[in-house]
Amino acid sequence: MAAKNDSPGSFSLPGGHTLLSGQRLESIEVAFETFGKLDAQGSNAVLIFHALSGDSHVANGPDVTGRPRDGWWADLVGPGRAIDTTRYFVVCANVIGGCSGTTGPGSIDPATGASYGTRFPLVTIEDMADIQAALLDSLGIARLLAVVGGSMGGMQALAFAQRFPDRCASVLAIATTWRLGAQAIAFNEVGRTAILGDPAFLGGDYYGSGQPESGLAIARMIGHITYLSDDSMREKFGRRLREREGHAFEFVSEFEVESYLAYQGRKFVERFDANTYLYMTKAMDYFDLSAGFPDLVDAVRGIDARFLVLSFSSDWLFPTYQARELVDALQAAGSEVSFAEIESPYGHDAFLLEPAEQTRFIAPFLASVYADGRDTRGDDAR
Amino acid sequence: MTAAQFLRSDLRFIGELVPTGSRVLDLGCGSGDLLAYLRDERDCTVRGVELSAPDIATAIGRGISVVQDDLDRGLAGFADGSFDIVILSQTLQIVRNPALVLREMLRVGRRAVLSFPNFGNWRVRGYLAFRGRMPVSRSIPYSWYDTPNIHHTTLKDFRDFVSANGGVILRELPLAANSSGVGVHPVRFVPNLRAELAVAVVTRADDVAP
Repeated sequence: MAAKNDSPGSFSLPGGHTLLSGQRLESIEVAFETFGKLDAQGSNAVLIFHALSGDSHVANGPDVTGRPRDGWWADLVGPGRAIDTTRYFVVCANVIGGCSGTTGPGSIDPATGASYGTRFPLVTIEDMADIQAALLDSLGIARLLAVVGGSMGGMQALAFAQRFPDRCASVLAIATTWRLGAQAIAFNEVGRTAILGDPAFLGGDYYGSGQPESGLAIARMIGHITYLSDDSMREKFGRRLREREGHAFEFVSEFEVESYLAYQGRKFVERFDANTYLYMTKAMDYFDLSAGFPDLVDAVRGIDARFLVLSFSSDWLFPTYQARELVDALQAAGSEVSFAEIESPYGHDAFLLEPAEQTRFIAPFLASVYADGRDTRGDDAR
Repeated sequence: MTAAQFLRSDLRFIGELVPTGSRVLDLGCGSGDLLAYLRDERDCTVRGVELSAPDIATAIGRGISVVQDDLDRGLAGFADGSFDIVILSQTLQIVRNPALVLREMLRVGRRAVLSFPNFGNWRVRGYLAFRGRMPVSRSIPYSWYDTPNIHHTTLKDFRDFVSANGGVILRELPLAANSSGVGVHPVRFVPNLRAELAVAVVTRADDVAP
């Protein structure tokens, strides 16, 4: 078994890969981490896909650089959590086009010896799924207990299930959509415009000179607004001023909400690559689970997996009505689908901030799929 | 015996009305008691609709697929004729638009099975007639100001309701509590007066027309 337990790894895709666009990448490295142990039958593997700004470090422990760090979904993934790493073997990989160890625009193009920049081919959600399927091959995992993802991660989970219907017993699609609406595409475009318009962008070849910090920070600020809700902003900031009694009558940061956004922008610039932001948002914009099919019902018809779809009441970026469209299509296709809209004031961020409410559904769902699998395997043995 | 146990005793009768191997949709399925029984004992393919998050989570843990939805929005997610049996147990009196719910049940299922408390029961009538107060009983255990039951019906009213909404009653099962206080039994004589609840099997009128 190639799989290492509770240790970060890196995997080279043998022989390169042809992307959905038809373009080819000859050399692909995939940074991934695993948590827990694969059981003897190889039947307890859960693949978790990260969202736009995430990475392979889904649970606590040392990350790909060896530094101990909190996982981005540690409240849901770990010993005794909803996705219990004492029962399940969790795999999480940085996506293609990313900037946390997997080949992306910041990687060196072997053909030129320089960073790809925007010469890196556009990648799609489907490409992300394909490359993680190749990673599973290398780990000796034929079939997953579950594919799991929130937001862009949920899109990958759906794409994976559609492209590899025999490789997953269940799909957990959280705070996600089968395709973005115009509003979400619009916000992505504003973020990209901020990056592309930054003088430091230099056509994407900024790796020697420092990245377009101002543009990327603006993109992140816009992102954060869309991840919150009117309610959560009112509760979190209101009109409170930061460390001052009255207005400055100057163009400086005064309101709590301003300093919050500025802080989020600054923090993001330190850890994330502007080109990757362009590629990830484009991939999300392109994603349409029904593409190439007469309709969404036909698009999901071949997927013989149990689905759990969760949305959040105040999420206006990935709204409940889009989750319901997916659920309705799955029902119409005869799939086994469970769905709940979780009441939360936290907007799209709720998938990171509401562990208890998600655990309520995820833990029994996974346990029941796992038990079903055991029954089926028992039948096979007889 | 608690009111809740009394109310759920209709489930046994509903279960017996469902043929083996049916595709069953239970509206307001709770934590999936009936669906688990139908799946495990009668080999049915089962789906549920429920509003309560804790109930949905429990049903999911039993391996039952349940979607959260409000029946008053209809059953838009379900295709015409996609189920053999659509069940609505002790829920008709709770919904805002019972006519919409019945029509939707008859659209997505070949048969609808409904159970409901009978407001025509003699105890209910007597309560109002002699005490001059809104009835509170085993099958209707709520005060008028704090009740989920907003659409009470009698057996006779139910028959009119079904035919007014394009349905035909194939079978009507009036039920009353056993004198032991445990379980229920069918009522044959003056059912609208004596039944405390009823189970009815309904189909579309155009399905039985010659």
